[in-house]
Amino acid sequence: MSAGGSAQFLPPALVLVSALAAVIIFIAGEARQRLRITVNLAAALLKLALVIWIGLAVLAGEDFRYSFELVPGVELILHADAMSILFASLSAVLWLVTTIYAIAYLEHTPNRARFFGFFSLCVSATMGIALAGNLLTLFVFYELLTLTTWPLVVHDGTPRALAAGRSYLRYTLVAGVLLLTAMIWLYGLTGNVVFTPGGIVAPLVETERTALQVIFVLLIAGFGVKAALVPLHGWLPKAMVAPAPVSALLHAVAVVKAGAFGILRVIEDVYGHAVVVELGLQLPLIAVASWTILIGSLLALREHHLKRRLAYSTVSQVSYIVLGVAVGGVLATAGGMVHLVHQGLMKITLFFCAGTLGLLLGVHRIEQLDGLGRRMPWLGVSFTVAALGMMGMPPLVGFVSKWYLATGALAAGLPWLVAVLIGSALLNAAYFLPLVRRLWLADHAPLEDVPVAINRISRLALVATAVATALLSVALGLFAAHPLSPLNWVLAIARSYPS
Amino acid sequence: MNDPLVYVLTAAAVFGIGVHGLIAARHLMRKLLAINLMLSAVFLLLLATSAPLGQAPDPVPQALVLTGIVIGVSSTAFALALMVRLVRRQGHASLGRRDER
Amino acid sequence: MNADLAVGLVLLPMAGALVAFGLPAAYRRALAAAIALGWPLLLLPLTLLVLRDGSIAVVFGDWQPPLGIVWRIDGLALVMLWMHAAVGLAALVHAWPGFAPDRRAAATFWPLWLVLMTGANLALVTADLFNLYVALELVTLTGIALVAITDSTAALRAAMRYLLLAMLGSLMYLAGVGLTYAQNGTLAMAGITALETTPLVLMLAGLMVKSAVFPLHVWLPPAYANAPGPVAAMLAAVVGKTALIALWRVWWLAGDSASQALAMAIGVMGVAAIVYGSVAAMLHPRLRMVVAYSSVAQIGLLLLLIPLAGSDAFVASGFHLLVHGLAKAAMFLAAANIVMALGSDWIRRLPGLDSKLPLEAFTLALAGITLIGLPPSGGWVSKWLLLQQARSNDQLVWMVAILGGSLLSAAYVFRLLAMSCFHASHHARRPIVTRPPRAGSLAALLLALAAALLGLNPTPMLNLLATAWPGAAS
Repeated sequence: MSAGGSAQFLPPALVLVSALAAVIIFIAGEARQRLRITVNLAAALLKLALVIWIGLAVLAGEDFRYSFELVPGVELILHADAMSILFASLSAVLWLVTTIYAIAYLEHTPNRARFFGFFSLCVSATMGIALAGNLLTLFVFYELLTLTTWPLVVHDGTPRALAAGRSYLRYTLVAGVLLLTAMIWLYGLTGNVVFTPGGIVAPLVETERTALQVIFVLLIAGFGVKAALVPLHGWLPKAMVAPAPVSALLHAVAVVKAGAFGILRVIEDVYGHAVVVELGLQLPLIAVASWTILIGSLLALREHHLKRRLAYSTVSQVSYIVLGVAVGGVLATAGGMVHLVHQGLMKITLFFCAGTLGLLLGVHRIEQLDGLGRRMPWLGVSFTVAALGMMGMPPLVGFVSKWYLATGALAAGLPWLVAVLIGSALLNAAYFLPLVRRLWLADHAPLEDVPVAINRISRLALVATAVATALLSVALGLFAAHPLSPLNWVLAIARSYPS
Repeated sequence: MNDPLVYVLTAAAVFGIGVHGLIAARHLMRKLLAINLMLSAVFLLLLATSAPLGQAPDPVPQALVLTGIVIGVSSTAFALALMVRLVRRQGHASLGRRDER
Repeated sequence: MNADLAVGLVLLPMAGALVAFGLPAAYRRALAAAIALGWPLLLLPLTLLVLRDGSIAVVFGDWQPPLGIVWRIDGLALVMLWMHAAVGLAALVHAWPGFAPDRRAAATFWPLWLVLMTGANLALVTADLFNLYVALELVTLTGIALVAITDSTAALRAAMRYLLLAMLGSLMYLAGVGLTYAQNGTLAMAGITALETTPLVLMLAGLMVKSAVFPLHVWLPPAYANAPGPVAAMLAAVVGKTALIALWRVWWLAGDSASQALAMAIGVMGVAAIVYGSVAAMLHPRLRMVVAYSSVAQIGLLLLLIPLAGSDAFVASGFHLLVHGLAKAAMFLAAANIVMALGSDWIRRLPGLDSKLPLEAFTLALAGITLIGLPPSGGWVSKWLLLQQARSNDQLVWMVAILGGSLLSAAYVFRLLAMSCFHASHHARRPIVTRPPRAGSLAALLLALAAALLGLNPTPMLNLLATAWPGAAS
């Protein structure tokens, strides 16, 4: 069923809302603080409303498609399917929270207009990625995301920030080149790469086997850079020099997720899982994902800088998504996809807590966490909930993802993956539990407040956002069986794929 | 000696001398002279190839050469003016650094 | 009627130039403005005619070749004529209040600007080898005069270097034309049936000097970087480009008789130019030099059309010529404003650019993105089509070159942006010396916007260019 003509504007509107906000913020300039905050929040709320509108319409079976010819023979397509809604709603919800957090975190610093302008552009690009209806559109917005996150990474302007920005660009632009090569090739083979559940390349498997294999590797490598697959993850820990809201954006809302989402699209909607298996690419992909999961955790264990430990944790956790989709089958696919949402909620909570502690108390290293749980109980509890969720403790969201992954692995006849999952859970515990122990059980360290010009409302917002995301992650774990929960949403998507 | 090849070879040789002068000479005046030498070589080439043995000469290349002379003269005049300006500004007539004059 | 329109494009600025030389300084720019604004009025009907008929041929006074001169306006020429009009107008707006060092220099600018436009338009529309020579001489000599207009030592030296090399180039081209005539008995491009390697190489080499193909580019960076903003914009978008189009046209004259080895060699030169220009741009500490070296690299990219040799590559290169011309002109205009406002074009003294001169910073960023070819800018469209051509020809070497070139350009563009906008240095607190006129800033921004937005709906432009593909007939 196709939506009425009037609703066809929705996908582009979703993309353009934040772009428009960015333009207003840029033009208004540094001094118009109240206008900037209003526009920021209004755009975030409007975006959330639009996503809900589209989501409900898609649920009702409507089909949104907006396209125009970008290059002769190649269209730019914005199309809302169930997977788009999954990513778009995650981004829209977390976007709202992150905006509030960022306003509280940054409104006393210089260059805010520039920061929030690019911040909004970022989410525009993310929406474009979510709604992309073909590979070219995905690529265009993926590159735009690179372009708009770079100013945020280098925002501080310190030599370290600039170096992190250089590293980020090196990785992501090379990734862009790999993707472009793969796309040119694939378009040459197929004529047009529109996302179709079950893939479109199946007819070529006989004749173009090698080409398809190489293209797949290029595509996975291209998206794998942002998804921080080891050894393509180098940029992520370096990018931690950016302000905390940017970390939240990179790890939970947009960038890393965009990479994982790209891999999802390639496997499910360009190649189709069956073709990936047929081409003999499934096991290598599973191996890369498992390797990343374990190595990421080990690297996190080694790291004593709080935000960097969290960064390596992301490296590890995001690969669950890739792993689930690579394993295939309804259960594992759902487990992987739902981790897109679950990991986002938990990781953003952790980054909010870490950022607030750094801002208010100057806490940057793990040793400094001693006894802080009692001093800032709300933050302490949020952090603990998210950390336990990451380890996979029932009934939190992390458990839900891992349960589906494990049962999916068994169903697919890959029992050794369960060992990987258990090993990773143990490693997670090994690098998260000491933090929790320090928060609550260690002696109180005499830390001075960092003198920052932050008013009470801002302080409240910094804590409240973390509490909110922590609560949400608990709720999604408890109500995973609810028909509108992300889990049921992805189960429906996973069932729609031809097995 | 009426073979056009002789003229073509001469033109090539003169052109080569010009190129050498343009590269090797330091003084701008010498460089300009070298260019004018090359100009003559090209005109020679144009005229030589336009009159095959035993036939009436073609008027078109002659018109081209006339136009070429006009352009060459104006370019040279312009270059001389530029050179004079440059000498007034920097005190010497070369594009090398002051110490390698 | 057709002929009158086309002739107007050349005659109008020429007449304007002659009148302007005689006018007192105060009236010159008004005359130039009137002509620049009259331009679109001539171009519009011409565009409609080309869209209808594919191309327009103009034969003067019923003198058929070989004696008469023929003009031919095809899609490529038309697109470039519009680009000249746009960049010319932007340069005019930018130069309107006058520029450093004094009013005298600005007064000389207007008639020279008109002569330059005359030559550039003539070079685009002519289909006669010797006529092309005259047009290119006109363009080059006025270009050099414009470089020297500020009368500074650096500018004069740059002009002199440019002049010496340009004269060498002209002579080689002229020698090639002479040999071609001897062989074919005509100068009209359409009548040339046989082109041997010697005249072909002579003509190509001459045009390579004029379009600054590496390693014959040495005149370009100092000339562009020491010229006033509007002049540098005209040089980058008009002077260099007309020579390059001439180079393509001469190459196509050879048709199938041109050897693959020669095409390959030209491609290799292109790659060398991409690498050399980008690396130099990456390392150079001065803003305008970076922009100038970027031109060296982009010219290399445009040379790849010759080995790629296909309709996609042709359309892509034509489009890139347009987009790059607009973007580069925008960058030079913005750079001139930056130098004026901050009193320096050393990149390390530029921090804080985004808050001091937001329009210029935005212009640089937009134009830079177009140069890299990030989607959805205009540069991305040409990159995509070039890659498509390389893939369908199975020419992986050029594919790698195009992609590598794009990465290299990202390196210098982002370095520039990082240093000027994001670097937290004490230079960020230095005040602005002179605030540049707003009209000039906007003119630069509009050019950059045009370059970037062309990527959103390139199809009409691409279709127009496709009609000019010389391989279409065969």
